[in-house]
Amino acid sequence: MDLIPTPSQTVGPYFHLGLTGGRSVARVAGEATKGERIALTFRVLDGDGAPINDAMIEIWQANAAGKYRHPDDPQTAPIEDDFWGFGRLATAEDGRCQFETIKPGRVPDSRGVLQAPHINVTVFARGLLRHLCTRVYFADDPANRQDPVLALVSEERRATLLLHPDPGRAGHWLFDVHLQGERETVFFDV
Amino acid sequence: MSKIQNATGPLIAPYRRPQPGSQPELLHEPYRSTIRRAPSKPPILLPHTLSEVTGPLHGHEEIGETDNDLTRQHAGEPLGERVILSGRVLDGDGHPVPHTLIEIWQANAAGRYFHQRDQHPAPLDPNFSGAGRTLSDANGGYRFVTVKPGAYPWRNHYNAWRPAHIHISLFGPAFATRLVTQMYFPGDPLLALDPIFQSIRDERARERLISRLDMETAQPEWALAYRFDIVLRGRDATPLEA
Ligand SMILES: [Fe+2]
Repeated sequence: MDLIPTPSQTVGPYFHLGLTGGRSVARVAGEATKGERIALTFRVLDGDGAPINDAMIEIWQANAAGKYRHPDDPQTAPIEDDFWGFGRLATAEDGRCQFETIKPGRVPDSRGVLQAPHINVTVFARGLLRHLCTRVYFADDPANRQDPVLALVSEERRATLLLHPDPGRAGHWLFDVHLQGERETVFFDV
Repeated sequence: MSKIQNATGPLIAPYRRPQPGSQPELLHEPYRSTIRRAPSKPPILLPHTLSEVTGPLHGHEEIGETDNDLTRQHAGEPLGERVILSGRVLDGDGHPVPHTLIEIWQANAAGRYFHQRDQHPAPLDPNFSGAGRTLSDANGGYRFVTVKPGAYPWRNHYNAWRPAHIHISLFGPAFATRLVTQMYFPGDPLLALDPIFQSIRDERARERLISRLDMETAQPEWALAYRFDIVLRGRDATPLEA
């Protein structure tokens, strides 16, 4: 049997009522979680380069050992009690939101090839009839060169998937989501 | 099924891709906000890895006693037509999806959201904030009590009105099963005029978004009921060989 899945519809402009506000998750990892502490600032921009103040970002990631908190992850690496791996925030007036987390480890793909450290990202907004999925990678990581998913992306567009270090603040990383235009972010059919 | 590990890596049973036309197109010009927000380049097909077949599981966190009863979250009862909304969460094979978080939000009976940015000159209701959450049970079942939301105007085009709807968000078992949608009411003449509902080409898929009157669940002298089953993506039974 293959039932038709329920179709997606836009979150609209009032999703804060149900999904963020008191339901926001800015801290992805607790104090006891091992790994390099990082802050990630996303900014969501429309086709005119204007910031979007009614978008929502969700992130999903592995811990520093490359293990997800999920029963379908068969890896034996331990996972900390205060590590969940999930975050979600609404964008502010300037189109930005900021998560506090740890840098994830490398997760194997189905052939056993280790993927580069990455965070899975979902973008929701008024005007998006379906959510968009992308991944963000760390600009300075040498593992990016062997990553099997980055290898699916043409070289000139690969840079749209890179987090860049904030020059003024150690451990802070920046990522612009361009929904459209010359610097349009690569989105994946997940 | 996906817990087998061989010498090369974890074997992944991937989630199935939706049939063409069963999901809205990102660019749907009658819905004007899509014009500057829909990506113009086609998405890149991503073969599933652990990153896509895992996802945030809930169930361990607290669901408050009135979280699934939007008529009991304040001192008094909200105005409007009281309704019981219930159904099941299923996967593509028709099996229940248990213990998954379901979050809803909606306008009040007058068509006004309890939200700063909603300037529609219809009254707010001090007894209704319009947000709820629950977990599906072991059989995928869920239940909310609320009031039927009103239709409301939006500025998409001249004299544009959204059909009455309830926004619904679900996680399902994986990153790949995330779904945010809207549920509509049967027989609403505004559905034919709504560019958001009409953005789905396949009529059978569109029909999935319309709840049905449920007189078995309706309670005499108290509340009407609507039934809304939600189908998340199905999954292949056997892992893909790399
Ligand atoms: Fe709405």
